[in-house]
Amino acid sequence: MPFISDPINYIADWLTTVLAGWGLSAALIAVILNLLGVVILASFVLIVDILLVWVERKVVARLQDRLGPNRLGPFGLIQPVADIIKLLIKENITPVGANKLVYNLAPILALATVLLLWAVIPLGPQVLGSDLNVGILYIVSVGAVSTLGIIIAGWSSNNKYALLGAFRSVATMISFEVPMVLVLLIPTILARTMGINSIVESQSIWYIAVAPLAALIFLICIQAELGRAPFDLTEAESEIVAGFHIEYTGMKFGLFYAGELLHALTFGALFACLFLGGWRGWGAESIPLLGVGYLFLKAFIIYFVIMWVKYSMPRIRIDQMLNFAWKILTPLALALLIITAVMSKLLENPDMPASLDGMAVIAYFVMNLVVVAVTVLILRKYARKERKRVAEPRPVAVSPEPPATEIS
Amino acid sequence: MTPLQIIFLITAVVTLGSALMVVTTRNLVHAALWLIVTLFGVAVYYVLLNAGFLAVAQVVIYIGAIAILVIFAVMMTRRLVGESGPQVNKIWWLAALLAVVLFASMVAVLSTWSGFTTPAPVPVEDPLVMLGQALVDPQGYLLPFELASVLLLAALVGAIMIAWDRKDVGGE
Repeated sequence: MPFISDPINYIADWLTTVLAGWGLSAALIAVILNLLGVVILASFVLIVDILLVWVERKVVARLQDRLGPNRLGPFGLIQPVADIIKLLIKENITPVGANKLVYNLAPILALATVLLLWAVIPLGPQVLGSDLNVGILYIVSVGAVSTLGIIIAGWSSNNKYALLGAFRSVATMISFEVPMVLVLLIPTILARTMGINSIVESQSIWYIAVAPLAALIFLICIQAELGRAPFDLTEAESEIVAGFHIEYTGMKFGLFYAGELLHALTFGALFACLFLGGWRGWGAESIPLLGVGYLFLKAFIIYFVIMWVKYSMPRIRIDQMLNFAWKILTPLALALLIITAVMSKLLENPDMPASLDGMAVIAYFVMNLVVVAVTVLILRKYARKERKRVAEPRPVAVSPEPPATEIS
Repeated sequence: MTPLQIIFLITAVVTLGSALMVVTTRNLVHAALWLIVTLFGVAVYYVLLNAGFLAVAQVVIYIGAIAILVIFAVMMTRRLVGESGPQVNKIWWLAALLAVVLFASMVAVLSTWSGFTTPAPVPVEDPLVMLGQALVDPQGYLLPFELASVLLLAALVGAIMIAWDRKDVGGE
């Protein structure tokens, strides 16, 4: 196995032979290699996270017609290091009446749950943490634990703003989890498997062409799960100051911040795996390292889209947001799921159920267009009714209550 | 001792210890968090038994839904109950006796079981596929599966009925 094209598996093989030479048993070697893999993957992702601070600040600056960090290093690339030093030397404040253990546990949970997601994301054809056959469900379950991190952060701060932020956050996450899980089932149906690497492998045609509407719903749900505008009610500065992390200072806040940025990139990578073919690309089959590059390229494109939406949209009200999740996205995702399931059975090729031919792709695409048309028609009808209701003249003042003397 | 056995022992200690903490800690939120650790330990056992689907389902349902519900309920209470007062009532000895008897009888039953010494069968195909087929197979678990679905649907409808804001009663 050449070192240049696939260094990770090459080093793993080399280490196996070296450790076997020392007389260790095969099971122990597997444990050592797995532990090393966890440490390397987590460190790699965290180093990418440092870069993300710079990317986020630079992109938001460009979108707002500013220059962004440009003093430290070329293009301000050393700025994140300065940020980290600043966060590290800040005072760590624990608010009075806070629940110390839970208060300190919350930021760790917030970042750790994001790192857990990388265990199932295939970075390349043979470069992946774990090829779980329930990958999709694993992602849902880790998402459930990340909700827990936010809720205990809000509660343990002993601050009403933090608690309100946490409640809003949990309401958002639980509401948008429903359409997200439904939409995650669509690639599962198309690929006939829940393993993320298998889904990537069966995407000879990217699923964004087969299920564009599902991809769009997933993108919206990502935005909401991340608590980014237009769904950033959880940290609405004008109402509840900073939401669940209001009391956190220094590196504890830094962990939340890093977790949020990394979560966005992680969801970008997930989107790439489910709808954009993951590591697939020219020459990735023979050179795994190229596949890693393709995956990160696609993930950063989605990350850019997430930032683009975040910094150009105003915040919406919480009732609008919940209505949107429950009355539009959930029924739409449910309808899409049922139609996709029926179609995939009708168009199934009995020999290779997971493969799609050209005719099937066109049929799926047309089905998506029809669903979009029906949705738009229904929404237009509703909008017309709503406009009429709002336009009706309403009395400026309500008729006064009878004076108190008359009642008594 | 194989690494798998070491992992098993560590998980056993963590699961039992946190389960003990659930019932002995005086802070209700801490108890809920310890409960989550216990449930995680059980999920690890499912992984060790090659039942990945069950492990993930355990985390989704017990931690994602039930534990979060418990934490919400505890947070909604005005004051943390149980900060004062005795932790056991008068008939604690009866409960302890029952627990010991149950444990002893389980040990007695399981000591004659042959499953400990025979190696576990290796699944020939993807266990997830087998589970999915068994759930929709008339020879398998189709009827219980559908009945459970109907039960959950009834619970859903009931919840909506309770929360329904009736216009004619004057809900506005």
